[in-house]
Amino acid sequence: MNFTAFFALARRDVRLFFLDRRAVVMSFLAPILIASFFGYIFGGAAKDEPASKIEMAAVDRDASGISAHIVAALKADPALQVKKLSLEDAREAVRSGKITVAAVIPAGFADGAVRAFLRASEQPEIQLLYDPSHGPEVQMVRGILTQHVIEAVSSEAFGGSNAPKYLDEAMRDLNAAPGMDPSDRSAIRRLLTDIGGLNQRQRENPQSPVRTGLNMPYKVREEAVTAHHGVPYNSMAHSFAGMAVQFILFMGIDAGLVVLAQRRSGLWKRLQAAPISRFTVIGSRTASAAGISALILTAVFGFARLVFNVRVEGSFPGFLGVCVAFSLMTATFGLLIAVLGKTPEATRGIAILVTLLLVMLGGSWVPAFLFPAWLQKLTFLIPTRWAVDGLDGMLWRGLSWNAAVGPILALLGFAILFAAVAIWRFRWETE
Amino acid sequence: MLEVTELHKRYGALVAVHNVSFVVRPGEMLGLLGPNGAGKTTTVSMIAGLLRPDRGEVRIAGSLVSGETDPVKRRMGLVPQDLALHDTLSACENLTLFGALYGMTGRRLRNAMDAVLDLAGLRDRGKDRVDTFSGGMKRRLNLAAALLHDPQILLLDEPTVGVDPQSRSAIFGNLEELKRQGKTLVYTTHYMEEAERLCDHILIVDHGKVVANDTLEGVRRMVPAVTMLEIEIENPGVDGWWRGLSAVAGVASVECRGQVLQVMMGDLARDTPAVLGWLAAGGYRPAHLASQRADLETVFLTLTGRSVRNA
Repeated sequence: MNFTAFFALARRDVRLFFLDRRAVVMSFLAPILIASFFGYIFGGAAKDEPASKIEMAAVDRDASGISAHIVAALKADPALQVKKLSLEDAREAVRSGKITVAAVIPAGFADGAVRAFLRASEQPEIQLLYDPSHGPEVQMVRGILTQHVIEAVSSEAFGGSNAPKYLDEAMRDLNAAPGMDPSDRSAIRRLLTDIGGLNQRQRENPQSPVRTGLNMPYKVREEAVTAHHGVPYNSMAHSFAGMAVQFILFMGIDAGLVVLAQRRSGLWKRLQAAPISRFTVIGSRTASAAGISALILTAVFGFARLVFNVRVEGSFPGFLGVCVAFSLMTATFGLLIAVLGKTPEATRGIAILVTLLLVMLGGSWVPAFLFPAWLQKLTFLIPTRWAVDGLDGMLWRGLSWNAAVGPILALLGFAILFAAVAIWRFRWETE
Repeated sequence: MLEVTELHKRYGALVAVHNVSFVVRPGEMLGLLGPNGAGKTTTVSMIAGLLRPDRGEVRIAGSLVSGETDPVKRRMGLVPQDLALHDTLSACENLTLFGALYGMTGRRLRNAMDAVLDLAGLRDRGKDRVDTFSGGMKRRLNLAAALLHDPQILLLDEPTVGVDPQSRSAIFGNLEELKRQGKTLVYTTHYMEEAERLCDHILIVDHGKVVANDTLEGVRRMVPAVTMLEIEIENPGVDGWWRGLSAVAGVASVECRGQVLQVMMGDLARDTPAVLGWLAAGGYRPAHLASQRADLETVFLTLTGRSVRNA
């Protein structure tokens, strides 16, 4: 191989890349900006700030002690930002997107709920008006609401001012219930009697430390399992990995399209006329694209390290290995485009579509674990999945070199496959 | 010396080049002429190693050219029709790259760059980006890039397309200097006047076949009428009065434009008296006579049936 020509061609490619302002912006600035944005909205840069609250409305058409208790509890919940509105205003606010969800407590809710709680009678209905584009938030509100309603209703049933009335009604219903096993009836009667006694003592001694009603029987302590104990999760790490992969693939497309454009120009004829082999041309193109990819990775992760403190918590050699293997895969992907494409114009659109699919299925936009199970299995056939998983593993999961071996081998395998197809289909002649 | 023997190239049912052979000696320039699609570029591409011929061979100084990395290719330089330059790089950066393709580095490369930039008149613009150059300057640099490795044989594919007269003249000067240095040149062009001025030998191809292969004078002699006699008539007759002139011995063809007759003939001295005699016999009085040698355009038209520029 003519190494003088090899290095000159590779240097030429790198120089031309850096002279192309659009390419530089797309390859260096775009991933940094977009990764910063995604990382920020997914919480990476906002760990010292309060999490954003779900904006909701409470419509209290019951105006009872229980409903007031529920609204107050919702207002006190740190996950919610609650406004009290009329039904019409709440519906309009949801429709216009000003709030995500509105909980409508109907008239007669307190009576109905306590009776249903004690006697399994017909349950009153709390209506949730919600913005259909915010499905996950509605589920959160439903859970929070359940907790507060159970607490308020059980408190009223066991210790509220109307508790004796509700217990008397429950006792009557129990005595009148047909077909019940006598021992069961006796046990429930004792339970209701004991609750009534407790309720009586509470009223006679309001200072008693005994609380009535049901409480949450557990507390939750959350711990994000990251690279090491005490190392917080930095979502910037995944965001930067995903965006670096995406925009480096775009660079790979451009590298392929440049070859297609050169084939149509006199420059290709000059290459053909020179005493150099096609392997010099293919090899230099691969080397330059891989080099540019490595530079982009260095710049992007260098920025992430300096500005967002994204660290390689796992094996640094593993991180380098994944970067090198991904760079080679990208370079050969560009070659594949160069040999399979006909013209730059016809190839660009298809190549971008394929790349976006690779990026999407690789988990650059959303983590692959959100995909259906069959799709998750399928994504192991996608090189970007290995790249993103490998980078995630070395960056924030803090995995060892052993965990990098799989992604590295997979990426190198794809690189070899792409290179083999590129060499097989390479058309040296232009006419 | 460049020897091309029985070059043949087929694309499916289309025979692009059919058994083309010629020899160009040092200090000679061969003009390769033909209409679009005649096979000129395919022929040059096969000589330069851009295309593999179906059969036939190319030899440079007796050595067969074969394979992508054949060292014999170092003796050849190609000036492609399209500008083969990187616009965003400087002239020197372009030349450094093209020199490296031939293994040139260091002082040898720098000296060669200085020499070809001098030849192209671009010594003071070496560090400027090519996209700041005029079309003529780019063409000159395109030529300089092909000369960088000092090839013995230079293949020029329409090297003056879109060039201003000043740059064209400069390129002609360069090529004439290269001829004087003993280089072997193959020149394809649509400009017949360029071929007439520069080329010692003319090869006309049409539909892939060689229809003429001779010196410039030899090619001219291949057409029946090598001279055109223009005669302005004082008293032309009614429509078609001049048609009888076609039957006069030595007259190849006649056209009448207003009062001017254009008579194509094989030999000016031999055939003119008969033409004037026919006019006198008819009572037509010549007011003005002028003669003109058949140019290469006429030869081309005669041999291929097409005008080279409209082909």
